Amino acid sequence: MQDVQLLDAIERFLRGEMTPEEMASFEQLRKSNPEVDEKVVEHTMFLQQMEAFSDRKNFKSILHDVHNQLLESGDIKEAAPKATVIQLWRKYKRVMAVAASIAGITTITIAGMTTYYSQKKTGQDFERLKREVKREVGQKVSEAINTVTVQAARNTKAPENTPVKFGGTGFLVDGKGIIVTNAHVVNGSTTVVVQNSKGQEFRSRIIYSNPETDLAFIKIEDADFRSIGPLPYGIGKRSTDLGESLFTLGYPREEIVYNEGYMSAKTGYNGDTLSFQIGVSANPGNSGGPVFNKNGEVIGIINARQKAAEGVVFALTAKNIFRSLEDLKKDSAFQNIRLTLNSSIRNMDRVQQIKKIEDGVFMVKVY
Amino acid sequence: MVQSVKTDSTDEKALLKGLALNDHKSVETIYKLFYNMVQTLIINNNGSADDARDIFQETVIVLYEKAKTGTFELNCQLKTYVYSVSRRLWLKKLQQQQKYLPNVNGLEETVPVEEEIEVHGQRNAEFQMMEKALLHLGEPCRSLIEAFYLQKKSMTDIAGHFGYTNADNAKNQKYKCLMRLRKLFFAEFKNNNV
Repeated sequence: MQDVQLLDAIERFLRGEMTPEEMASFEQLRKSNPEVDEKVVEHTMFLQQMEAFSDRKNFKSILHDVHNQLLESGDIKEAAPKATVIQLWRKYKRVMAVAASIAGITTITIAGMTTYYSQKKTGQDFERLKREVKREVGQKVSEAINTVTVQAARNTKAPENTPVKFGGTGFLVDGKGIIVTNAHVVNGSTTVVVQNSKGQEFRSRIIYSNPETDLAFIKIEDADFRSIGPLPYGIGKRSTDLGESLFTLGYPREEIVYNEGYMSAKTGYNGDTLSFQIGVSANPGNSGGPVFNKNGEVIGIINARQKAAEGVVFALTAKNIFRSLEDLKKDSAFQNIRLTLNSSIRNMDRVQQIKKIEDGVFMVKVY
Repeated sequence: MVQSVKTDSTDEKALLKGLALNDHKSVETIYKLFYNMVQTLIINNNGSADDARDIFQETVIVLYEKAKTGTFELNCQLKTYVYSVSRRLWLKKLQQQQKYLPNVNGLEETVPVEEEIEVHGQRNAEFQMMEKALLHLGEPCRSLIEAFYLQKKSMTDIAGHFGYTNADNAKNQKYKCLMRLRKLFFAEFKNNNV
């Protein structure tokens, strides 16, 4: 207990909160007792370290903000490395051409053979994770809403008399309201309503959907939606290592649900290299949900699970987002979509991270 | 190309002063003035945009810590200084990654900054030690310590926020946490200094 009082005294001494008499007797104590003096020196040093730490931490976050802000306003640009590849290319043009054509032919042959032999297998024990909302349930819900509407005039943005058919998850890749989800979630529909973790609904439009990569972009087009500014999480370009821990957020029910697990294999179903296997539990409705690594970077998008096996879930790699975005950018209307690359929640603990991320994860409701 | 942005030396002093006070505008100005230069340097020498960002931010931190001492005298153009620091930092990083480069090619002249880099390296190590110690501390200790020492909240606020019945209770808990943090930190510190 003595230590506690001593530390308290030291801190007050350093902050200059002591009365003159107290100060004098404290100085006296320091002089007469070398042990106390040593403690004072030690603790002073420790507090300075803390101070320096907090200072540097604040400054780092300022730097981070400024960087993202200037990137967004276009004052600085992140240039791609040009460097040696081009020089090498010039040097070895002919050799590479020959090598490439051989490689090309081989690839096509192998790809042809693989599809020929494996096509029939796909789909039997492979389950897409979109949530089918059953008719009765849907009707019950809409009845419930109707009764509420009479009393409280609840403002729902769903089209009238059409129950929700499918549900999935999606997440913002641009704070201005561009959401990524799976193509199979929005497949074949025109009306989509997204709902954030607070329950607000926004009308949105599908601006890109590619069943081959199973990715779709949705744009929120609703007057009530306000841009959430720079996103707290980044979209990761790095590949992930086996065993790395990761976590997911999604809407398998009407509520946002957190789950955590690990990276279990670098390839997806039947050796698909565009996706990877993770060990988390996922349920219908998780489709389109983001997979984060411990730094809070998006490394994948959940899209399916294997029916026969327990805990085998597949996610598309985040690289697919970049690729699809290139496609999307061919349309001049979407030139100014910018992905965040670095996450600003890197060293926070999980609970804080989720609090920040939550705003960017939406439930996608398809009618 | 050498002196396309020439800033007045009084401007530079004001800029450093602003930097020392955590001024957002000053950071922005420094970014606008020098980011592209540093990025070009890194990218022309085997680096990526991410590396450029890291090195540039490290450089600004060096500058910030220098500016905060208050005794910082700039003997050359700020631009030259920034260039030299980033160049040195990048060389160091390349060395650590064992990607040896005989000479980093750049056009600008440089000034010696070895001392700064060394001090910065030391500070970096200390920062990481504290970060590690805080990480190992666990919850709720970590939040408690951060709230008091980093966000400088009052003990009464903390008691309310963390659900302690009164400020004294919170204070007691804080001391227990602080002792543990100190133990973790000094263990790390000794490890590193041996």
